[in-house]
Amino acid sequence: MRSAAPEGLTRRAVLAAGGSLVVAFSLRPHGVDAQEPGAQGPKSDAPKLPGSLDKTPMLDSWIRIDADGKITVLSGKAELGQGIKTALIQVAAEELVVRPERITLITADTQRTADEGYTAGSHSMQDSATAIRNAAAQVRAILLGIAAQKLGAAPETLKVDDGVVSGGGKSLRYGELVSGQDLHVKAAPNSPLRDPASHTVMGQDLQRIDIPAKVTGGVAYVQDLRLPGMVHGRIVRPPSPGAALTALDSAAAEKMPGVLKVVRDGRFIGVIAQREWQAITASKALARAARWQERETLPVQADLYKTVRSAPAKDIVLVDRGSAPEGQGKTVSAEYLRPYQLHASIGPSCAVAQLVDGNYTVWTHSQGVFPLRKAVAELLGQAQDKVRCIHVEGSGCYGHNAADDVAADAALLARALPGHPVRVQWMREDEHMWEPYGPPMVSAARATLDANGSIASWQYEVWSNTHNARPGKAGDLLAGQHLAQAFQPSPPQPGNQPDGLGDRNSIPLYTFPNEKVVYHFLPEMPLRVSALRSLGAYMNVFSLESFMDEMARAAGADPVAFRLKHLADNRARDVINLAAEQFGWSSFQRRAGRGRGFAFARYKNQAGYLALACEVEVRRDTGEVKLVRVVAAADSGEVVNPDGIRNQIEGGILQSSSWTLSEEVTFDQTRITSRDWGGYPILRFPQVPERIEVHIVPRPGQPFLGTGEVAQGPTPAMIANAVADATGARLRQLPLSRERVRKALEA
Amino acid sequence: MIVLNLNGRQQVVDADASTPLLYVLRDDLQLNGAKFGCGLGQCGACTVMVGGTAVLSCITPLSVVGTRPVKTVEGLGSADKPGVLQSAFIAEQAAQCGYCIAGMMMRAQALLEKNPNPSDADIRQHMSINLCRCGTHMRILRAVRRAADSIKSASTEHPNAQRGA
Repeated sequence: MRSAAPEGLTRRAVLAAGGSLVVAFSLRPHGVDAQEPGAQGPKSDAPKLPGSLDKTPMLDSWIRIDADGKITVLSGKAELGQGIKTALIQVAAEELVVRPERITLITADTQRTADEGYTAGSHSMQDSATAIRNAAAQVRAILLGIAAQKLGAAPETLKVDDGVVSGGGKSLRYGELVSGQDLHVKAAPNSPLRDPASHTVMGQDLQRIDIPAKVTGGVAYVQDLRLPGMVHGRIVRPPSPGAALTALDSAAAEKMPGVLKVVRDGRFIGVIAQREWQAITASKALARAARWQERETLPVQADLYKTVRSAPAKDIVLVDRGSAPEGQGKTVSAEYLRPYQLHASIGPSCAVAQLVDGNYTVWTHSQGVFPLRKAVAELLGQAQDKVRCIHVEGSGCYGHNAADDVAADAALLARALPGHPVRVQWMREDEHMWEPYGPPMVSAARATLDANGSIASWQYEVWSNTHNARPGKAGDLLAGQHLAQAFQPSPPQPGNQPDGLGDRNSIPLYTFPNEKVVYHFLPEMPLRVSALRSLGAYMNVFSLESFMDEMARAAGADPVAFRLKHLADNRARDVINLAAEQFGWSSFQRRAGRGRGFAFARYKNQAGYLALACEVEVRRDTGEVKLVRVVAAADSGEVVNPDGIRNQIEGGILQSSSWTLSEEVTFDQTRITSRDWGGYPILRFPQVPERIEVHIVPRPGQPFLGTGEVAQGPTPAMIANAVADATGARLRQLPLSRERVRKALEA
Repeated sequence: MIVLNLNGRQQVVDADASTPLLYVLRDDLQLNGAKFGCGLGQCGACTVMVGGTAVLSCITPLSVVGTRPVKTVEGLGSADKPGVLQSAFIAEQAAQCGYCIAGMMMRAQALLEKNPNPSDADIRQHMSINLCRCGTHMRILRAVRRAADSIKSASTEHPNAQRGA
């Protein structure tokens, strides 16, 4: 193996330690808060450090080794069911040259880990895994430098095997190298990363560390926490977004068995009971006792897209290159529509909070424990250091669902009953009615072909609310908006390219000589909205990739060849060619009622690449669209866990196909009417395809490219393109419900 | 006091007979497997077996369970000694967030105990009550198939072995 520490790093490590060779780190709470001033980030002229090391540069913020040889890896990112824990352990194990099972991983905890913001945007591999990989490589180099001195051997002659360094006929364990001392070293810009050809842990299908507990009834979720003295809370929400509480006689509920307390503040109503079923029963009694004045505050659903198109907008020109040569060639235009949609976690959101001696602890499945701490502290009128937020896994969230809101609910109830841990879980109707939705969107595309059948000009506009109303402020928490002294939500923001929010992936990766892209940002929000997996990319890639097919048809070209003709990025071309080849695109035999569809995107134009091909069957009598098979080709940069990538892409395809074929929040002008799985149906087993294949393009030595959301955008376009291929009917309004397909076929 | 026949053992429970089985399992008996998903019998996250049949424990009051045996995912094996179905789910890595998985397994277990040789269509149809939001369906189907196949090959090798996953 490549074992030698780079000269500069070793010397710097020695100097940093004041001459005595030290590597160990105490396990005292030691996050960014504990670091000395000046260690928070590089000076502006300093070279950029890899991944999240740039913001949190001390090596012991990421990796600690104690005298017993126990290795602890810390990440500010959270397990959401995407398998990040396993992947982070793999990169650390690879660079430290230890078996993965030797590593203990601590994730997102405001008292222990780095602040890595939100676990969102497919950033965890790029930010956290990159930081941990580089930190691990630098720690290994430092350990080898010390070992060389202790063993009296040249660094380049040392060998490492599972945390044991050998040289000069002797060997020392990592724990012996670091015993009793403290390393606190700032990361260097460059790391002695192991050669990908020598990898034994990275690139392997290591089984997920969290799955055994999940299939055997172990404690796996915040829902499973049972702390000593824990009691149960439930919240009674208003029946509609604009409802005001006019009266509440809580006397009967307060006398119910097990009830400890009823909390009322404005239109926030909570109840705490000894046992969970008692809390639920009491909350139902409270709901019956509450008197509400309801108002019509919602738009007319039938006019939703008119409302979106006519809302006050801030127009942001993202691309304006060349001019639109009107009238010179065939011009096509189209408009696409996307409704409000849900995260729809299977397990309603849950949190446990406890107030002890003026200090709050909140166990939460929030995607961002640090921003949540800030918001909860403001909500409670406390300093941030009085609140600790610890991530514990919950049911999959797929973006900003009610995880933060329920944490606030639990904190408010904990304040009312000091000492006791209070566990609050939302009910199904709460989740369907009150989670922040994925916002409705409208897009309009227009393009002109030149004489060679290539796109000469491309214009694209998208109308959208923000896709980020995450906390940071108390007013971003649902309870904060319902208290008598209500907090104001943060002003909605349009976001910035290249990540973007409503404009995410609105700029095509294709090359067109003339191009204009405009983002009409709509600050006004009739319903609460925020980040739903992939944000605007779901709609923008649906629109762009549907429209590329429409343009291919106008040009009389094959959709795959037409894409390649406009695409210079070789990695994009590689996944497109691979997906087409594995699907058998050119040899496809069309059967009656069946068709093939293709779509491609590079998520955010900077993360993972994905090309999809599928076959669908369309039932003319019912309008049902059935996905028959899907072939995916992905480029995620260097691969840490191939099965993790396959799992994310398979899941993304199925989830996005569910959004695409059936999902739409419904409402009248007063109330949300899609209040459970009956009113908001999602994919069930009989509807899943016969087969999904995921092929991965290996890219050893390349940066990690986030993959968790890559499938969300291409999936709806792939399906709509296949429906058009099967039937000739082009559907531009999501979802492609049976009714809508049947109507399109009748037309 | 109510006596529950749970995973082959008698358990005494001090709960109101109208309490749904789910809360008795989770709160009185401190089992994690059955999950609260909807409380409406729509999603299957709370699925357990009662008397050999998959039931939705969130809408099944303790009073209707009676003396029938109750089986939860904890009764299939443990992390150290996983049962056939648990091993199959691990082998297929058939989970993402995994919140629905214990319910999936208990519904699959009920199928395999009645029909150890199900067709793929049988499995899809039988599993249709249970919802998964992560989109792990393909893997869940493969895991159930793998468990069925391994029960089949075990019974071929040991014809007298007891059936069950």
